[in-house]
Amino acid sequence: MSNEAETLLKVEDLKMHFPIYRGLFQRRVGAVHAVDGISFEVKRGETLGLVGESGCGKSTTGRSILQLYKPTNGKVLFEGVNLVDLTGEDLRKTRRRLQMIFQDPYASLNPRMTVEDIVGEPLLVHGVIPKEEIPERVKHLLELVNLNPAFSSRYPHEFSGGQRQRIGIARAIALQPSFIVCDEPISALDVSIQAQVVNLLEDLQKQFNLTYLFIAHDLSMVRHISKRVAVMYLGVMVELSSRDELYENPLHPYTQALLSAVPIPDPVADAKRKRVLLEGDVPSPVNPPSGCRFRTRCPIADKVCSESRPDFREVKPGHFVACHMVK
Amino acid sequence: MPGFVLDIKGLETQFKTPDGVVHAVNGVSFGLKEGETLGVVGESGCGKSVTMLSALRLIPSPPGKVTAGEAWFAGRDLLKMSNEEIRQVRGAQIGMVFQDPMTSLNPVLTIGRQLEEPLMLHVGMTKSQASDRAAELLSIVGIPNAKDRLKDYPHQYSGGMRQRVMIAMALACSPQVLIADEPTTALDVTIQAQIVELVKRLRDEIGMSIIWITHDLGIVAGLAHRVIVMYGGYIIEEAMINELFANPKHPYTIGLLGSLPRVDGRENSRLISIEGQPPVLYQKPQACPFAPRCKWVMEKCWQANPALETASVDHRVACWVDVATGRPRA
Ligand SMILES: Nc1ncnc2c1ncn2[C@@H]1O[C@H](COP(=O)(O)OP(=O)(O)O)[C@@H](O)[C@H]1O
Ligand SMILES: Nc1ncnc2c1ncn2[C@@H]1O[C@H](COP(=O)(O)OP(=O)(O)O)[C@@H](O)[C@H]1O
Ligand code: SF4
Ligand SMILES: [Mg+2]
Ligand SMILES: [Mg+2]
Repeated sequence: MSNEAETLLKVEDLKMHFPIYRGLFQRRVGAVHAVDGISFEVKRGETLGLVGESGCGKSTTGRSILQLYKPTNGKVLFEGVNLVDLTGEDLRKTRRRLQMIFQDPYASLNPRMTVEDIVGEPLLVHGVIPKEEIPERVKHLLELVNLNPAFSSRYPHEFSGGQRQRIGIARAIALQPSFIVCDEPISALDVSIQAQVVNLLEDLQKQFNLTYLFIAHDLSMVRHISKRVAVMYLGVMVELSSRDELYENPLHPYTQALLSAVPIPDPVADAKRKRVLLEGDVPSPVNPPSGCRFRTRCPIADKVCSESRPDFREVKPGHFVACHMVK
Repeated sequence: MPGFVLDIKGLETQFKTPDGVVHAVNGVSFGLKEGETLGVVGESGCGKSVTMLSALRLIPSPPGKVTAGEAWFAGRDLLKMSNEEIRQVRGAQIGMVFQDPMTSLNPVLTIGRQLEEPLMLHVGMTKSQASDRAAELLSIVGIPNAKDRLKDYPHQYSGGMRQRVMIAMALACSPQVLIADEPTTALDVTIQAQIVELVKRLRDEIGMSIIWITHDLGIVAGLAHRVIVMYGGYIIEEAMINELFANPKHPYTIGLLGSLPRVDGRENSRLISIEGQPPVLYQKPQACPFAPRCKWVMEKCWQANPALETASVDHRVACWVDVATGRPRA
């Protein structure tokens, strides 16, 4: 990588609150604080892993970055341009450099479209190449994701889960994006197929210098694929650092608990491990706990934790954590 | 058969579908020992659920049919029992927990009512005895304020709590065998760890035998004593837990283990992937079902399907090749 430190994406104090309406007159009675003030950067060419229990705001973060939701607050700077301020043609033009790969390869492809139409649609909509060149380009894209180009007139139901995910990837890279949000791209796939798709994502990244935000709940796979990893809990970011530092020296009690809960496919190593069991479930994001959001499940919480929200501080170079108890 | 609590022999199950007859389970035999936790692993569609559902006579028919086999439990073949008898066994002696608690819980009945009913029906408790026992069961599985929460409906519980309720229900009549079919697959790792710890604790306290079905080799590593690996409706490998992970013998098992990155590993090399995808068998295969994806495949693999045979002490494998030498098994 030529320019190691170049920032491609910078997120500042991003908030996404979904209003809740009730009653006959649909009065606003509150909001889901899905993402509640997060800041981080993604460097060009890297993979930033994003983990946390379900409902903690990972997908909402990805979607707000792509402007699929209009953020309640904050900036999303892509190559220095704030996407939140863009509208119309400017937004459309920039937006095509940011793409998304979804979890469910069954639901995310239109069942009535052929593979050629699905993969070629973004090319057609954005008019980046003449219409008659699209079939050729689609064939090339299918080759890139290791699908037989001869299958381009088939429909999604004729493919397996892993193949459908490849179709989704071909579509995502059609417009030559710089940045791709991979939202649980392998969660719905069988174990032996997961490795195929991850290897493909890694190959494409090298080939096109792609930058990934890789959302997953499989912490082992995130360790494998990421350069740096961020941990979210109930709408906030609690820790972020380089990959090995995070996995070998986690500082936040939530990260520690999360990592210790991951099963290790090795009975000898698994038996030696110390488990930090978390009690209960994640609280509701409608009325999140005061102060530190993790305090209701935190094994080391103190008085200060309910009084003020801990800052997301850089405690070591490149290692950020939001916890009052971490010195 | 010494010490088998449940002994499955030559089980075969097929489904009639518009595309043809699916051979879901193709002659599966294994025993569950007293007090043991047996892990059953394999990717989706390999026949894990159908194997257990067949033994318990829960296969929807049509389209399904158990076409051969025996399932011995407490001196009786479950497959030959009357409907009334098998219902008794399922309610009291063999407990079951499934992946999605919402399909097993009745949404319009309180949790308390659903726990009390089997106690009254199978154990003959009075309403008030059953109610006390239900509260006790809920607190055993770690639900706070158990007595109050008996009045709640399933939707008032979180996913993790519903799975705890399922375990409480399965344990209600103190079964000898617990069959858990991917009980933590839909849960977060933190909640999964809670459930696994709970089951380990209960296993040690009650001393029951467990069959734990999962696609996650990591869970099996921390929980099972012995493991069965399934592929295409066959058992392709069976070994004690440490042996399987230290010394896997089937190319599929080796591939699965190689495709898993580790949370405790710095190893960052390319993942070993198994190319192709698992089969759906419309005929009984005349070749090894794994042959199309296998790196070790030889001429012989295409000519006949290898049987599950003993390769070393307590270790069985269905493969023509000795992967240590790359040559045919002696
Ligand atoms: N469109 C929406 N409207 C209202 N609430 C939403 C919406 N999308 C997500 N949420 C809520 O926001 C929270 C975060 O969701 P999500 O970002 O999907 O979490 P994750 O991807 O980490 O599982 C959850 O409580 C979820 O129910
Ligand atoms: N009700 C059904 N109708 C048709 N086919 C079925 C049915 N249930 C299971 N099968 C088929 O049987 C095979 C084994 O399924 P199953 O035992 O559920 O796999 P798993 O290992 O994921 O639990 C699969 O090919 C599946 O499609
Ligand atoms: S029998 Fe042959 S094809 Fe089947 S797993 Fe063994 S080596 Fe591979
Ligand atoms: Mg999500
Ligand atoms: Mg199943």
